[in-house]
Amino acid sequence: MSMSDEDKIIEEATSGEYKYGFVSNIDSELAQKGLTEETIRFISNKKNEPEWLLEWRLKAFELWKGMEEPNWAHVSYPKPNFQDIIYYAAPKPKKKYESLDEVDPEILKTFERLGVPINEQKALAGVAVDVVMDSVSVATTFKEKLSELGIIFCSFSEAVKEYPELIKKYIGSVVPQADNFYSALNSAVFSDGSFCYIPKGVRCPMELSTYFRINEANTGQFERTLIVAEEGSYVSYLEGCTAPQRDENQLHAAVVEIVAMKDSEVKYSTVQNWYPGDKKGRGGIYNFVTKRGLCAEENSKISWTQVETGSAVTWKYPSCILKGDNSVGEFFSVAVTNNMQQADTGTKMIHLGKNTKSTIVSKGISAGKSQNSYRGLVKVAKGAKGARNFSQCDSLLIGDRCGAHTFPYIECQNKSAKVEHEATTSKIGEDQLFYCNQRGIKTDKAIGLIVNGFCKNVMDNLPMEFAIEAKKLLEISLEGSVG
Amino acid sequence: MLKIEGLEAEIEGKQILRGLNLEVKPGEIHAIMGPNGSGKSTLASVLAGREDYEVTAGSVDFLGKDLLDLAPEERAGEGVFLAFQYPVEIPGVSNINFIKTAVNEVREYRGLPAMETKEFMSHLKEKQKLVKLSGKLANRSVNEGFSGGEKKRNEIFQMAMLEPKLGVLDETDSGLDIDALRIVANGVNELKSNDNAFVVVTHYQRLLDYIVPDFVHVLYDGKIVKTGSKELALELEDKGYDWIIEEFEKKS
Ligand SMILES: Nc1ncnc2c1ncn2[C@@H]1O[C@H](COP(=O)(O)OP(=O)(O)O)[C@@H](O)[C@H]1O
Ligand SMILES: [Mg+2]
Repeated sequence: MSMSDEDKIIEEATSGEYKYGFVSNIDSELAQKGLTEETIRFISNKKNEPEWLLEWRLKAFELWKGMEEPNWAHVSYPKPNFQDIIYYAAPKPKKKYESLDEVDPEILKTFERLGVPINEQKALAGVAVDVVMDSVSVATTFKEKLSELGIIFCSFSEAVKEYPELIKKYIGSVVPQADNFYSALNSAVFSDGSFCYIPKGVRCPMELSTYFRINEANTGQFERTLIVAEEGSYVSYLEGCTAPQRDENQLHAAVVEIVAMKDSEVKYSTVQNWYPGDKKGRGGIYNFVTKRGLCAEENSKISWTQVETGSAVTWKYPSCILKGDNSVGEFFSVAVTNNMQQADTGTKMIHLGKNTKSTIVSKGISAGKSQNSYRGLVKVAKGAKGARNFSQCDSLLIGDRCGAHTFPYIECQNKSAKVEHEATTSKIGEDQLFYCNQRGIKTDKAIGLIVNGFCKNVMDNLPMEFAIEAKKLLEISLEGSVG
Repeated sequence: MLKIEGLEAEIEGKQILRGLNLEVKPGEIHAIMGPNGSGKSTLASVLAGREDYEVTAGSVDFLGKDLLDLAPEERAGEGVFLAFQYPVEIPGVSNINFIKTAVNEVREYRGLPAMETKEFMSHLKEKQKLVKLSGKLANRSVNEGFSGGEKKRNEIFQMAMLEPKLGVLDETDSGLDIDALRIVANGVNELKSNDNAFVVVTHYQRLLDYIVPDFVHVLYDGKIVKTGSKELALELEDKGYDWIIEEFEKKS
């Protein structure tokens, strides 16, 4: 095959259009464009928030004004104009929903088009889906069953009203307002999100799942999630999203905080499929997310699993602070970039407690003209005697116009610690593709197969139902216009 | 079923096949022998549709279709199977998942629905037995960490699963011990019927003790320069290729 032929095949196979591009018609209420103290008061007022939360937001806003956008990531993009963003949009307030029948059929239709029929999910997987549509939760299911166990799973706004003490205690405790530019912004203007609380000794019997979706043109999205696992509890939490196609860049700056107490375990899995922009890179989502977990007490464990296929620009480092002795942090990641996408993602494992352990497995797949970077920090503090880390970062290239980069940082202040790092870069071979073709497998399918194989030990960490969806997503996001 | 006429092919501007003719009828087994570098793998690759090779002249008719006009996966769909001289590793993809995908893709090409899991599993078990492929290997990643012999058996296993009309085996016997050789040969013999045919590329006549060919061809300098019966293979084993090459050069 000549070079140009090969290029053409790869081009076709990797320049797939986003399959989930559509806009649904749901009435919303918008805030004024731009960010001032007024905006923040408007949001807080809209949400009937208590005074302390307004104060908290305003403090974050003050901090944010003095901060600058970070520019150390291996990404470049036109800086968003923060005064040109609408910071709040909510579906017109309707009565509370007891069942899905009451939910706007448009919303349900949207989910059906995404291949995520809620009803089916409820029945098949026993998943409680807290649907967040344009910043406000519109349906919450399985609530009763969960509340019997004392588990709280609700929208953030609701939690502010119903469980103010918990929110007050934990909000900003893992990701402080001033942690970074985007967390400060989020703290000032966050619209809604999810709250999850697992009481002492309770094993959450089902996967808790939230689907986020940007739906209002030109609306910044600022979700906030807080998960608290009390002593000896367990929860597996899923978050996934897709977004409709549009022209203007959209900013998404979420904050996720997890607190894990003694002997507890939190598994947080996410599939991220924000609109990546068209083939030329126009109109995609900017995804600047701060996710951090605190293993606050001994023997706690936090595990992040992420499959990232979307966004024009991604900037995301789910991290673990391993404070409790013997606590465990894990990070399993698949990041796919295609066309003009840019991703700079990785993790930070901060070892503070004795005998803390962390594992990092990162799989980056780059196609088209995209840029895919892994950035990871393993930090072992003085007191972290016997800390151990193992990191494995593999990159797979499809074609030769994309880039893969690995930036591992290690700071080790304790001699008894063991930190290991392995990295590989490979290319999908013509040999592999031809082998598949010869067995009757079309090139698109073959790429999907090879990529899923490459990611296998990350995908294996996803809950079953989610893994199937994620596999499909990997195939779709690398699918070409062929056939 | 297969008719190759005046086939010429080159790679990176270098001509390898120089007017090759071959006709294969249903139920036949053809052996192709020849010195290293004579173009045997090239022929196999061109039949399978590897795009590095450019066909510059000639035609290949397969069951009434112009084979050269089809994409590699379409050729597979039509029933062409190539057992690779160097099978490729695909990390993380289990053998079962791979062959299941292949079986269903080929079925889709033929307008058949995907195979039910139950049917697929019993099909799988049966073929696994045929080439004595352990269940463990079936669950491992495609060819990853397989020994040479295991890779070759896996090729025959895949062939058995796909039940092609034309199986092309490129030096499947190379590097096999006698037991593995028997297993591979047995696989081919079990699959053989009046409706399919095999082209077996080999260096050694010993494979032909187990897979009995109807014809033996000698490929040299991109052409078939001699065709004979099974006895020709014995003669080659005995005398090497030089006498054929001499004979051929005298003629031309
Ligand atoms: N990629 C390639 N580029 C240039 N020449 C090649 C390439 N692949 C094979 N060849 C040449 O083509 C000729 C035939 O090779 P091959 O078909 O593999 O022979 P055989 O299988 O009979 O040993 C050899 O001279 C070999 O060096
Ligand atoms: Mg060869």
